[in-house]
Parts: sequence; C-alpha cells; structure tokens
Amino acid sequence: MAEKILMRGNEALCEGAIIAGCRYYFGYPITPQNEVPAYMSRRMVEIGGCFLQAESEIASINMVWGASMAGKRAMTSSSSPGISLMQEGISYLAGAELPAVVVNMVRGGPGLGNIAPSQSDYFQATRGGGNGDYRTIVLAPATVQELTDIMLDAFDLADIYRTPVIVFGDGALGQMTEPLVLPSPSNRKLPEKDWVLDGADGREERTVKSLRLSPAPALEELNWKLQAKYREIERNEVRWDSYLMEDAELIIVSFGMASRVARASIDRAREQGLKVGLVRPITLWPFPYEILNELAGEKRVRHFLDVEMNLGQMIEDVRLAVCGKKDVSFYGRTAGMLPDEDELFDRIVEVTR
Amino acid sequence: MKSRVEEKTMKKIYARPEALKDVTMHYCPGCGHSIVHKLMAQLIDEMGIKAETILVAPVGCSVLLYNYFNCDGSESAHGRAQAVSTGYKRAMPDKTVICYQGDGDLAAIGTAETIHAANRGENFTVVFINNAIYGMTGGQMAPTTLIGQKTKTSPFGREAETAGKPLRMCELLSGLDGPYYIERVSVHDAKHVIKAKKALKNALQYQRAGKGYTFIEVLSMCPTNWGMVSLQAAEWVKEHMVEYYPLGVYKDKGKEGKG
Repeated sequence: MAEKILMRGNEALCEGAIIAGCRYYFGYPITPQNEVPAYMSRRMVEIGGCFLQAESEIASINMVWGASMAGKRAMTSSSSPGISLMQEGISYLAGAELPAVVVNMVRGGPGLGNIAPSQSDYFQATRGGGNGDYRTIVLAPATVQELTDIMLDAFDLADIYRTPVIVFGDGALGQMTEPLVLPSPSNRKLPEKDWVLDGADGREERTVKSLRLSPAPALEELNWKLQAKYREIERNEVRWDSYLMEDAELIIVSFGMASRVARASIDRAREQGLKVGLVRPITLWPFPYEILNELAGEKRVRHFLDVEMNLGQMIEDVRLAVCGKKDVSFYGRTAGMLPDEDELFDRIVEVTR
Repeated sequence: MKSRVEEKTMKKIYARPEALKDVTMHYCPGCGHSIVHKLMAQLIDEMGIKAETILVAPVGCSVLLYNYFNCDGSESAHGRAQAVSTGYKRAMPDKTVICYQGDGDLAAIGTAETIHAANRGENFTVVFINNAIYGMTGGQMAPTTLIGQKTKTSPFGREAETAGKPLRMCELLSGLDGPYYIERVSVHDAKHVIKAKKALKNALQYQRAGKGYTFIEVLSMCPTNWGMVSLQAAEWVKEHMVEYYPLGVYKDKGKEGKG
C-alpha cells in the first residue's frame, strides 16, 4: 500500500516533521546536517510554513521559543558545536515548559572537532547541557526509517509533556540514503494548549517564563513540578529494542549507528556459537534502566559490553542499571572513527572467554 | 470634603491606564521604566489593543515587565528578545508585539539579534531603554555608558581607548535598509515624555499596518546606579545624554518622498 522511497536521513527527518505538523523551522548552517535547512527552505515554502535562516544557533533556539509560545509546532536542527550554543535556550525551554524539537546530528568533538559521525554528545543530551536541574527527552534512531518515524513521536512527546525533545542522530545517519515508507500522522490525543500566548482577550493574561523570584519557595516548587513530570516520563516513555536476547549470555548495549555495527558483529559471533544479544536504547533519557537491571539479575547473563561512538559515556548509565551484579566492559571508537565489525568481534570473543 | 458643586462639575481627567495592573512596581524612585510602562499602557488603552498585544521582556531591570500589564507576556533569555519576537511574530502575524529591552540586553549581549531582526525588517516594535548603565546587576558599564562616566566596572570613568565609544544604536540601525521607523526620544521631562508617547504610537501604528521593524530608543534615568537624586538624574539626561545621543527621527519610511 504505502510506497517505498529512497531518502537521505537529513531530508527524511524533515518529511517526518512535516507529517507531524511542524510548520516552523529555524536553523543555522553546520555540517553534517546542512541538508536539513536546505530541504526545509524549499518544503516550508511549498506547504505554506515558515523557514528562517537565523543569524546563529542561539537565535534559532529562541525563535523556536517564540513560535512555540504561539502554540505552533516548531523545530531547529544543528550539529554538536551548534547544539552547544543552544544549551541556554534548551534550559529556558525546559524551565518555561515549552515544547520544542531539536535535532542533533552529532559530529566529532570536543571543540570544533571534525565533521565526522560521533555519539560524543551523550552526556550533554542526557544530563541537560544547560544550567539548572532539568532533563530533556532524548530519542536515538538507528535507521533512516526510524529517524523519520521518530520525528512524529518527538513532536507528540514535546506537546504531551511540554518539554524540549532532542532527536539524537549522528553525521552518518543524516547523510546515508535508505529506503523508507513515509509514516501516517500519529493522531495521538494531545492535551489542550491552554498556556498559549494568543492575546488576553476575555481571559486572564498569561505569561511564559522560567523566572521565579518570589516568594522564596517558588522556584523550588517549579523544580518539584518538573521533577514529577520527569518521573512520569520515566514511567511511561522508556523505549528500547532488542536483538537475539532470548538466550544471550553476553549482552551488548548500544544505540543509534553504533548498534548497527554491533548487530553485524553479533551475527558473526552467533555463527561461532557465541550467545550474544543486543539491547538498543531508543530513549537515551529516560534510559531503560529497568530491563538492563532485570537482565543483570538473570543467571544465564554473564557479562555486559557497552558499545558507543565515543570513549564511554552511556556506559555510566549501563553500570547504574547493572548495579554491580555483572561485569560491564566497553568498546568504542570516536571522532569519526566508526566502530569496526572485526574489532568488536574480537572484543566479544575476549569478554566471553 | 467635596462640596456638591465640585462633585457635579469635576471630571475625571487622569487615571491609571487599564492596561496597567494595580500593583506596586519594583522600580526605584526616579527610574524611567515606570514612565515608559505608563506610556505603553496608555497607548494600549487608547488604541484598544490589549487583547492583541504580546509583551516580550528582556533580562535586566525590566525582567518583570509582564507582571505590570494586563496583556500576555513572555520572558526571553538575556539578549534574545528579538529572536523570541521574530519566532512569535512569524507564527502570529496579527498580534502586536512589543519587544522591550535595556542597553545591556539589546546593545551588548543581543547585538547580533538586534541587527539581524532589524535587517530582516521583522514586523514588531522594539522599545529600547538606554540609561547608560546595567541597572539590575548593580551599576556596571553598559555599551552606552558615556565617556568619563564612572560605573562599578569603569571606576575611573569610561575610556574610549580601552572600552570604545558608547554605541549609538539608532545611528547604527538607520544604516540598514530593513527598519521602517527609528526614533530616539527621552523621558527626562514632561515635554519629552509627550514626544516619546507620540513616537511609540507611530511605531505601534506602523506595526499594526504591517509596515515592518520599528525601533524607539528612550533615553532614561537610573538615579540609583548613577548615585543621584531623581531630579539630578533627569538633569543629567538632558545635559549629558542628549548631547551624545541626539533626539529625533532617524528613519521614517512612511514619510519618505512625501515632502
């Protein structure tokens, strides 16, 4: 029924956003996500939306704030250094409880780094890279199809929880072309936006703000409210996938592009009779602690191997989940050097021995 | 006690504007913010635009701007008010947006947002309060601090050699094609307050007619951080600020070619 098409990740995610009803895109050029603003600059005009090339990533995220407080679905995209510049804005969005979608096609760091694929912004994305006690929902797709679909989820989650959502890809996922079927609109039931600034016409005036100066406990109260929301997200929105887990004795934990290499190495290991499986977190926050903790408690499971395109960031969450019940090892490459199927296979053999 | 005759003949000629909430403002005595707030509120009333007006507050002394009006309002991160206004106005072109900023917000940390919003000709009104100092943080040097002016961070007086000369935003922005209307006014005395109101009205009318970027710079007093009493501060605006920051219309596309 639905037609299969070939699309590049950076362009496919735009179609996902458009299907989700996003009509406001603000962004600033940075490699390796330049296809996003380029594609949006045409498509937004075609569908009567708004494309604006901002003067900086700082301006982009604050323009998203402006469109969001109008109740519109708005997004921006960038890559690592540009996302660093947006951290202030993301913190403000979290504090003011404004929905927003931010796509990060992660590249090598620190600093200007390089333009090659990486996952080294995991800490920044999952811990809240800006100031204050906040979290952002972080979605990490592994294929162009999933990237496209996840945009719909991202906008829904942003609206449901009134919070910024980060779609965490990498340079490779953005650049690669894969077959996909365009998703249908989610038609999810969403809460009414009774906080939108559309003019105090016959109603009390509204304000959108993160500032809480007085009375003294006001800011702590906001923080408790945010924390209650984060606990609700942790209860309801953990997403993960698995591969060959039923009898696995070694569990690889890996997300996004790295998990695709992990699958290839797992297939090879299985050919050798090694019982290896994969848990792939799709939400990096909320992190799937529970399933990993359960697995750590199972007798047959002997070892965890964390595989990332950085030098060990998610491994801290894996260790928290495993809670000392089993050993956790690491394999990773960073700064554009992709995990190698053979190297990972050797590592699997090493830890299963 | 009022006599009967007085009651019959007395007419209400002055009242708190309806758009202004009946609350105590946090501003210091002699501060210009409350004057400009009142002018804005009077115009919102007179133009009947309360229901369509959205206020964007900066970071600085006027950070609580939205608490004083019966209109919808938003916070913005320091310097980002014009980016927020841009995003909002693109989404809600029929609303009237007043983007209210101080000199640190608009002319230091938010210079890029200011220049680019102006250059794009975004259709909102910027009210730029220039009091030549950072008020909220306790009196540091602003981009608009005058040469020789002593502040917490220019204790020997601002020197052009190390701090550059004070930024003249009206002059800078009027070099761009984007803005539709740019005027510098002052609120140091009644005559100038009336002029300031007129300029604000022009700006709001242009915005409502969809003309584009309107920018009103208001020279204003900060007695607390200048270390002066209110009257002295008003005098200081007149004697020192107006000299360096000439008042007047810098751009009015509505009048170009008409005379």
